[in-house]
Amino acid sequence: MNRHLISAGDLSRDDAVLILDTAAELARVEGRPIRKLPTLRGLTVVNLFYEDSTRTRTSFEAAAKRLSADVINFSAKGSSVAKGESLKDTALTLEAMGTDAVVIRHPASGAPRRLTGWVSGRVINAGDGTHEHPTQALLDAFTMRQRLIGNGPGGGAGGPGGDPRGQGLDGIRVTIVGDVLHSRVARSNVLLLSTLGAQVTVVAPPTLMPLAVETWPCRSSYDLDGELRKSDVVMMLRVQQERMTAAYFPSVREYRRRYGLDASRMALLPEHAIVMHPGPMNRGVEIAAEVADSSRSTIVAQVANGVTVRMAVLYLMLGGATEGAA
Amino acid sequence: MSSATQTSAGHGEWLIKGATLAGGGPADIRVSDGVIAEVGPRLDAPGASVVDAAGLIALPGLVDLHTHLREPGREDAETVETGTRAAALGGYTAVHAMANTEPVADTAGVVEQVWRLGEQAGYVDVRPVGAVTVGLHGKQLAELGAMADSAARVRVFSDDGFCVADPLLMRRALEYVKAFDGVIAQHAQEPRLTEGAQLNEGEVASRLGLAGWPAAAEEAIIARDCLLAAHVDAALHVCHVSTAGSVDILRWAKSKGWRVTAEVTPHHLLLTDDLAEQYDPVFKVNPPLRTRADVEALRQALADGTIDCVATDHAPHPVEAKETEWAAAANGMTGLETALRVVHRAMVQTGLLDWAGVALRMSVRPAAIGRVPGHGQPLVAGAPGNITLYDPAGETPVDPAGHASKSRNSPFAGMPLPGAVIATFLRGTPTVLDGKVTR
Repeated sequence: MNRHLISAGDLSRDDAVLILDTAAELARVEGRPIRKLPTLRGLTVVNLFYEDSTRTRTSFEAAAKRLSADVINFSAKGSSVAKGESLKDTALTLEAMGTDAVVIRHPASGAPRRLTGWVSGRVINAGDGTHEHPTQALLDAFTMRQRLIGNGPGGGAGGPGGDPRGQGLDGIRVTIVGDVLHSRVARSNVLLLSTLGAQVTVVAPPTLMPLAVETWPCRSSYDLDGELRKSDVVMMLRVQQERMTAAYFPSVREYRRRYGLDASRMALLPEHAIVMHPGPMNRGVEIAAEVADSSRSTIVAQVANGVTVRMAVLYLMLGGATEGAA
Repeated sequence: MSSATQTSAGHGEWLIKGATLAGGGPADIRVSDGVIAEVGPRLDAPGASVVDAAGLIALPGLVDLHTHLREPGREDAETVETGTRAAALGGYTAVHAMANTEPVADTAGVVEQVWRLGEQAGYVDVRPVGAVTVGLHGKQLAELGAMADSAARVRVFSDDGFCVADPLLMRRALEYVKAFDGVIAQHAQEPRLTEGAQLNEGEVASRLGLAGWPAAAEEAIIARDCLLAAHVDAALHVCHVSTAGSVDILRWAKSKGWRVTAEVTPHHLLLTDDLAEQYDPVFKVNPPLRTRADVEALRQALADGTIDCVATDHAPHPVEAKETEWAAAANGMTGLETALRVVHRAMVQTGLLDWAGVALRMSVRPAAIGRVPGHGQPLVAGAPGNITLYDPAGETPVDPAGHASKSRNSPFAGMPLPGAVIATFLRGTPTVLDGKVTR
């Protein structure tokens, strides 16, 4: 595996399958009375979050702690970062304090890449601007594999069942719907899912579709209803209502009518198909409440899987550091 | 690389021996009292200081239509002294200093200050560019006439950094400067199409998650301005053309006989947007780096005259403005000290231009467009002694740490480029000898 995890494109198919298999193994830790492994004991993981995100930050924090790492949370509020300290100076401070891994979320695309030039530890991108969010894509892939190929919770009727170890997502048809243009979740998923052999289609109004989408490893369409009929997975992306003022779409109502997943659209899906959402959701905009709460929805499972997948990433990236220690 | 060495000490008397005149053969050039006294083979010049120019190309002193000297206000990035020193080392004898200083050069007072600072430094002739609008706000015309009449004799006016977006204001500006043979130089960027834009809108930007700067935002303004210039019969100059579509529009406008001129930067002749891959802001510039197809179209256009000249858009920035995440970084690249070498690589080594063609595009035409007296003249007896000697041999990596500019933001850092400027003469006095400044 690469030294850093900045883009889902950094992962080969073997890397990705290894992460998913490791996550499946680590999920067994959950069932134990003491939910902890000593693998990263003595290592320091810093959560450097320049954007508000309790969900992702606590997910990484839980993952690191279950591997016995020391976790330090640097949030943009309430630290020298809020006083306008540069990214470089923050990096040098962390470096001076001794950091083995930095998990960074930042509003500017490319900030994690820049960070790799200033710290000697590993850098994990927890979401940078509109660029990528690779661990989100990994937990999404894990969830798809669990539900559609393995014999996971909720029962996956689509696959042969049994142990999905060693497998990717070959032939699974995934449709990603929403503000693709501004979505780091979409970018990472398109790359990772196609690496794992899935057939990806992105659906959006033309204004929210990148002009260069034809160079991406996926299909694209403006027609949601047509795509739903042939999807094994539909992933809804949150759409920001502020986009309306920049003329991306005329009104929330029109967006919901044309691109929202409501109950009647959900009925178009094949029987085994699942509905996903990275969260946080705008209930009533891109996804109706009854869809979010239906049995097809994996939204809650995605959050749980987030911890185990992030444990797998930390384990594989940092676990070797303590190997051979007395 | 041969070096030009000075032998004996003459004052105001120089003999440049054995240079290859761009567009001609080897010759000696005798400089006396600020002018070229004689050009020919094996000249006699008793008492003159001798510069051995064997193997060197002699060009008329280069003229830059587009430079940011940053003074007044941003002396942390560059001063008139350091910027013009850099210019001389790049082979320039005249530079146009853009108006986006602090305070903005929108009055006779500020342009005269910049002009005087240039005189004092003495490296090149500084031609201040006057802002088109007060404060560069795009709302009200600045006192263009006062700037034209000032000691700075401003003839080129530009809001560069910003587009004169209001079509009525652009029309008025084009008309108004006709009274004193001025020219409006437009930074073509439709602001509404480029809000928050970071990189050329295309495959690279979409993959990197950087907001796109569509080519149409440049082309739409150029098309509009060409039509306006034609309608009021005024001169329009287009700054830093960066797209193939802009080239098409310029070709069309020129075919109509309209008084439109255009410049291209060295970096747009060589670099493409995929360099942004690692998010290093040294490659962040406005207008942005574009695609291979755009680079090829720009080279072709410079060769066939659709684009008239090369202008550096030298944009120095302090380290802290470039050592950040991409979105927070300032736009711009230094360029004075590398321009001729980049043009050598992009246009001469590719066979698109010979050295006579380079002289036309880096000296003669910029001087004509800027209405700069005494520069851009052919190297013949009687012409002012503005001469650049360039060694085309060899290749060395660019090292910004060795640059005279105060700033280090060169996108060519570490890139091997051909050639080197050996000497620069400003009105018969060398500012650069042996590749080093003389003062």
